[in-house]
Amino acid sequence: MPLLKLNHGTFSPAVEEPLEEVSLADWLDNPQAHAGATALVIANDEDLSVVRCDVHAFSVIILEFPRFGDGRAYTQARLLRERFGYEGEIRARGDVLRDQIFFMARCGIDGFETAHADAASANEALQEFSFAYQRAADSRGAVTDEPIWRRRLSRVKAA
Amino acid sequence: MYRYDEFDATMVAERATQFRGQVARRLSGELSEDEFKPLRLMNGLYLQLHAYMLRVAIPYGTFTSRQMRMLAHVARKYDKGYGHFTTRQNIQYNWPALVDVPDILDDLASVEMHAIQTSGNCIRNVTSDQYAGAAADEVEDPRPYAEMIRQWSTFHPEFSFLPRKFKIAVTASDNDRAATRVHDIGLRLYKNDAGETGFEVIVGGGLGRTPYIGHTIREFLPKEHLLSYLEAILRVYNTQGRRDNLYKARIKILVNTEGAERFGELVEAEWEAIKGGEIDLPAEEMARIDAYFAPPPFEALSVDSAALDQSRQDNDEFAQWLRVNTVPHKIPGYAIVNISLKPIGGIPGDISDEQMEAVADIAERYSFDEIRATHEQNLTLAHVKKDDLFAVWQALKAADLATANASLASDIIACPGLDYCNLANTRSIPIAQRISERMGDLEKQEDLGELKIKISGCINACGHHHVGHIGILGVDKKGEEFYQITLGGSAAEDASLGEIVGRGLSSGDVVDAVETLVGFYRDNRQDKERFLDTYRRLGAEPFKEALYAAA
Ligand code: SF4
Repeated sequence: MPLLKLNHGTFSPAVEEPLEEVSLADWLDNPQAHAGATALVIANDEDLSVVRCDVHAFSVIILEFPRFGDGRAYTQARLLRERFGYEGEIRARGDVLRDQIFFMARCGIDGFETAHADAASANEALQEFSFAYQRAADSRGAVTDEPIWRRRLSRVKAA
Repeated sequence: MYRYDEFDATMVAERATQFRGQVARRLSGELSEDEFKPLRLMNGLYLQLHAYMLRVAIPYGTFTSRQMRMLAHVARKYDKGYGHFTTRQNIQYNWPALVDVPDILDDLASVEMHAIQTSGNCIRNVTSDQYAGAAADEVEDPRPYAEMIRQWSTFHPEFSFLPRKFKIAVTASDNDRAATRVHDIGLRLYKNDAGETGFEVIVGGGLGRTPYIGHTIREFLPKEHLLSYLEAILRVYNTQGRRDNLYKARIKILVNTEGAERFGELVEAEWEAIKGGEIDLPAEEMARIDAYFAPPPFEALSVDSAALDQSRQDNDEFAQWLRVNTVPHKIPGYAIVNISLKPIGGIPGDISDEQMEAVADIAERYSFDEIRATHEQNLTLAHVKKDDLFAVWQALKAADLATANASLASDIIACPGLDYCNLANTRSIPIAQRISERMGDLEKQEDLGELKIKISGCINACGHHHVGHIGILGVDKKGEEFYQITLGGSAAEDASLGEIVGRGLSSGDVVDAVETLVGFYRDNRQDKERFLDTYRRLGAEPFKEALYAAA
């Protein structure tokens, strides 16, 4: 599956060495058996409201979108970024469509396994909106910097 | 009312451009209908029985004359000369062509309107009290909070693919005109004993095939924490709501499976973790939004109007309309005017482009340029001087908009049903029309008092039949249309779900049945009892007996 990576607000195609993947369930079951794992695969029904493992030990965390309409992993991505402070790559896998990339990026996802978009169309999708009303987890991907209400406040202060 | 700044305007314009691109990709064949469907559904565009239907958002039901004129223009230019107000304070067009939709959205954007989040499994257009800012019984205007929710929920990146659609309603009055107890989240703003204002948070109400009255999960939420608390509720729902069964995916099912207490604990725990973050608006931004809803420049008037008293004496028809369709205003010398979109024998909620223009003119001249859409498919002019009421009535009458039936038997809510909707079992509109004709005489209706009749063409309950004093549900029995009657529902502060009374009736019998039930009420009511009160006092049995003895 082609892979796109988001860096400083821009998508580019990426080729990489295969990762050694382990599911959260397997890893919790027997971490020693997966000592060499580099990527953690988290099913989208896993409850991430409590930390159950050291996510920082993995360079990539893979979240699943079995159907585009199944939006649980959006929350998981935000929790990884905002609650656990995870700084590695968060990669979306599954039904990853051009018209969802903007939302995914805003939730802190910066790796995209998709055959539905190339770097050009993904960049286009990212540029469709200049602002966002709410704070999310997108500062790292540089999708938007400040929510609209904050821009309004700084504008008032500047005036 | 709220006005867009450059940020709001940019968001809406960019959305219109984005959708233009999506339509172009569909028309060129780059996107199949299957791939296009989720995209159009993010923007209020449905494929119905005969054509596309476009649903345009009217956030919390408040709009201006200029916006109404644009709605008229859209009806004229792109549709068959009319629009249809819905139970979500929105307007729908039933006949737009796909190629025209991008132009319609550009036209709407030019007056700060759009179709964002009027469909899809996201947070839908937020609704509120149609009397906001005018009602004598409100603690404050609820619309600033509705506007904060609008902004927070617009293109929310985490909550655009929820298990199912999500509806939020806000009221600031003990008389609940926003049906908060039958919404995914209902918010009731009130003053606590310490004199602070905050929200009662009600979760998990809803109609559809498994109706529930919502549960209060927090008695008092300080208002500055509104958005973070909503985010916590939505986050719990997004991760834990069911996704394996379309019919079990609404938050009401989660709340009722977990139990309201447990669900509330999950929300509180999540809220503890996020509430210090940058979700809630700082006081300056709340004040900025508040300022848009400052009261219009009311004149200092006396409570009574001599001109009004005179016209009332001179004209019985006007006097009747005055009694039925106007409501006291919080400012002396003003009144709230309800414009019925339920002419006798008409289609509930329908309005022609000419009528839209007429309402726009009247609102501009007599009601500070402001119009409200109600969840009962009518319109409201919130701030009319008593001195002007006669002129307003005459102007409405000239536009065929002066039916004196607000909240009476012919003020019927009906879903589009089989005339438009591809999920329907039965027709709804013709039943509404025939009941309306049968109940016809307005004086008799006035004598009957408040009576809420609500009709749905299938179990999805878009016509809110569960909360009708008399509810009518269309069911399909071996290819034949049948109607099931429920009694005793209410969407107001005394919310309750109607009870089914016996076997289904044919479309011929259902109108007789309504007449029988109403007759039984009339013969048995005490004092000033409404239909609902008599039903609650006597219970279902005698009504059933009356119904089936007659049949
Ligand atoms: S209640 Fe049923 S028939 Fe009526 S609009 Fe909703 S889905 Fe269609």
